Order: sequence, then structure tokens, then C-alpha cells
Amino acid sequence: MTLSLPLNPPGAADQVWSVGQLNTAIKQLLDGSFPPIWVRGEVLQCKVWSSGHWYFTLREGRSQVRCCMFKLNASRAGKPPVDGTEVYVLARPGLYEEKGEFQLVVARMLPTSAVGQKQQELERVKALLHQDGLFDPLRKRAVPPYVSTIAVVTSPDGAALQDVVTVTRKRWPCARILLVGARVQGPGAVEDLVRALRVVNRIPGLDLCIVGRGGGARQDLAAFNSEPVCRALANVRVPTISAVGHEIDISLTDLVADHRAATPSAAAELAVANRRDVLRLVDDLSVRLASGLTGRTRLAAARLARSADRLQAGMEWVLESRRSLVERLAAQLDALSPLRVLGRGYAVPMDETGRVLKQRADFIRDASFRLRVADGDVRARVE
Amino acid sequence: MPKTEPTESPPALAEELVRLEEIVRKLEADDVELDAALVLFEEGIARLRAARERLVAAEVKVQAVLEEAGGDLRLTDLDA
Repeated sequence: MTLSLPLNPPGAADQVWSVGQLNTAIKQLLDGSFPPIWVRGEVLQCKVWSSGHWYFTLREGRSQVRCCMFKLNASRAGKPPVDGTEVYVLARPGLYEEKGEFQLVVARMLPTSAVGQKQQELERVKALLHQDGLFDPLRKRAVPPYVSTIAVVTSPDGAALQDVVTVTRKRWPCARILLVGARVQGPGAVEDLVRALRVVNRIPGLDLCIVGRGGGARQDLAAFNSEPVCRALANVRVPTISAVGHEIDISLTDLVADHRAATPSAAAELAVANRRDVLRLVDDLSVRLASGLTGRTRLAAARLARSADRLQAGMEWVLESRRSLVERLAAQLDALSPLRVLGRGYAVPMDETGRVLKQRADFIRDASFRLRVADGDVRARVE
Repeated sequence: MPKTEPTESPPALAEELVRLEEIVRKLEADDVELDAALVLFEEGIARLRAARERLVAAEVKVQAVLEEAGGDLRLTDLDA
């Protein structure tokens, strides 16, 4: 007895991959699938290479992942952590293509102990703002449909303004963008942002306010988590969009603002309509305007025609009733006419002057008179 | 550097479009007399033209808002 194993060699129709092709494909798959993410774990066997790059393992329970941190980022992280240090790393999952090894490419590393204190402060402020109703969904205002003037509270040197301008220029070039400059990180950032948000309230004709900055590590977002900035944002009198440009953490301004966008570009997309759509709307309104007037004119014409018909009918009735009255009167007149009596054989005697002779005394012997009969006069004499 | 006062703002396109919608709705309703309809139509045409011109011709204007020592606000054009 022979066993048939499904181990036939690949046929002409089967695609055969090279290892390199496979690794490249997997790498591309990974690169496109993940934004930078925060991962928490214990550091193991951190080795510093002569190139300055760090290589280590991140472990949590029975799971682990290889990590590398390139020289520039490693130099910012201070000393290499000792085994067992619990950290957050901001990293992008990827594949070390040559070796086919899955790894995290780490951009930042923060010991969890350092974050702990900041996290407590954040929770305190969050609880306060929540208590005061600043996160209440009922407070949220809609973005106006066609904005004219947008204030952007951000750093004059950062990329956020340029990102907003680029998107707006593409989608809604009829807008005016007003930069209200403020430091967004480091000392003085909180005071600057509060002052800028107060300035926003003094700009006449404003439709919307975007407050934000480009991406950054957790500590860079501190100003956007501060109580005074959150309260100043809540007091802005136009709808607000918080665009702090961080895909991992949500800042407290994101919760206070009427809307949140992941990046300043996304905020601009949210803020402005698309000109193409609005031009289409204008075309549609133009068609409706024309047909609206046509409809109105047609209605008026129909109404007019109805009025004319009624007028004519009214006149005809008046004429008809007059005509029958005249005929009735004519008939009455006819009945009263003495000429109708003559038609029955009667005659009317009249003297030469046309006076009707009614009594014996009117007839004088030998006097001539006329007899009016139906078809004319007859001369006569009294005997 | 060119300067403008903050009170100078372009006429709101939003108002133009909202009013246009209103005019069209009135014209489409049955209770407008012909005289009033003609007046609405003329206003609609003017607003349509204005809205189109504004949409087609406009360029994004970028300005910085500066607070002067006295507290007044001043606008400065930016080449962004």
C-alpha cells in the first residue's frame, strides 16, 4: 500500500517566493499597518553597540519582542536601563528585513516611574474639569458650514500652521487664516496659550478656532493638559478644534474642545468645506432659483387666465339679462299700442288736427274727419 | 510689511449661501406673489454671482494677530 502525500513539487501555476521577496512583502505589510504606538514592558539585556544604537528585549509575562533604538533617539533617553526596568516605549513595529526578524523600532523611552507622577497630576486636573462640566457633550458646538475666518493658536515656528494653510488652500481658498502665536511647549507655554486664547475672543468676525501643534512625546503635550489652558479653551466664544497632533495620547484640550483632530491637517479638513462641493451646491441653487421663478410665473399666468374667464362670463351674464329685460319691455309696449286694437277691426275717428273724436258732440254735421284703420286713413263726412 | 485693522473682514460667504437657500425655498413654496417672486429672483441672481466669484477667485489669506503694548490687536500679512 502506498500513501499519497500532499507534497508534490510546485507546479508551473504555483508562485514560488524567494526569501527576500517574502521578507520585503511582510515588511511592507507591517510598515503600512501601524502608526507609532506606545508599548509597556520590562527591559532585558540592553546592549549598547559601538555605533551608539541600543538593542534590547521588551518583556511582559511570557511574551517578548526584540527592540532597537537608533543612536539619535538613544542619546536622548539617557543611560541604558538596567534589566527589569519597566518602561513605556513609543515605537513602530517592523521587520529587520535581512534576518526576517520582527522588531520594534523605538523612538522614545520613558521609565514608568517618571510618568507616574505626571499621570497623577493629569488625573487630578481631568477630574476637576469633569466636575465643572467642561467635557459635557451638551457643550459641544457644531463647526459652521462655510467658515470665512479661522484663528489658529499655535507656534509661529511649528509645522501646524503650514499644515492648516496647505489643506485650506486646497479645499477652501476663500478662507482667511489668522495665526495667534504661542509657545506650545516648555517654560511659558501655558501662559502663552492662555493669553492667545483670550486674544482669540477679541477677534471680530471669527468663525472657528483651531488650537494645536505637531506631534511630540508625552512631556511636550504638558501645556495642553494644563488646567488654565483647558479653561481658557472652554471660554472661547467660537467653536473650537483641538489638534495636538498625537495619535497615542489624547490631551485634555482634546476633551474640552468642541472637536478633536489627530493632526492640524485633519483639523483643517474638519474646519472647512470642500470648494468643489459648494460650487456644485451653488449650481444646484441656481437651477432651483430659475425653476422656482418659472413655476411662480406659470401659476400667475394660470390665475390671470382664470380671472379673465370669470370676467367674460360675468359680462355675458349682465348683457344677457339686459337683453331679456329689453325684450320683455318691448312686448309690454306692443301690447299697449292702440295699433294692435285697430288690427282687430276697430277704427279711430280723428279731426283734421289729429284729435280723437270720442263723443257725439265731437261730430259736427257736414264736417269731414278721418278714420284711422289698421292699414291707413279713410276720409269721411258727418251726416 | 502691510498692515490692516482687525475690523476689516471679508463679507461672509456663509450668509450669502444661507440667504440663497432661503430665497430658493420661498420661490419653491406656493405662497409668494409674482411681484415678490421677481424681487427674490433678482436678489438670488446677485447673490449667486457674488458667491461664485468669491468661491472661484479667492486665495487663502494668512495673517498674524499681534497684541500691541496698549492691548490693541493688529494684523500683519504672512507669506505662508
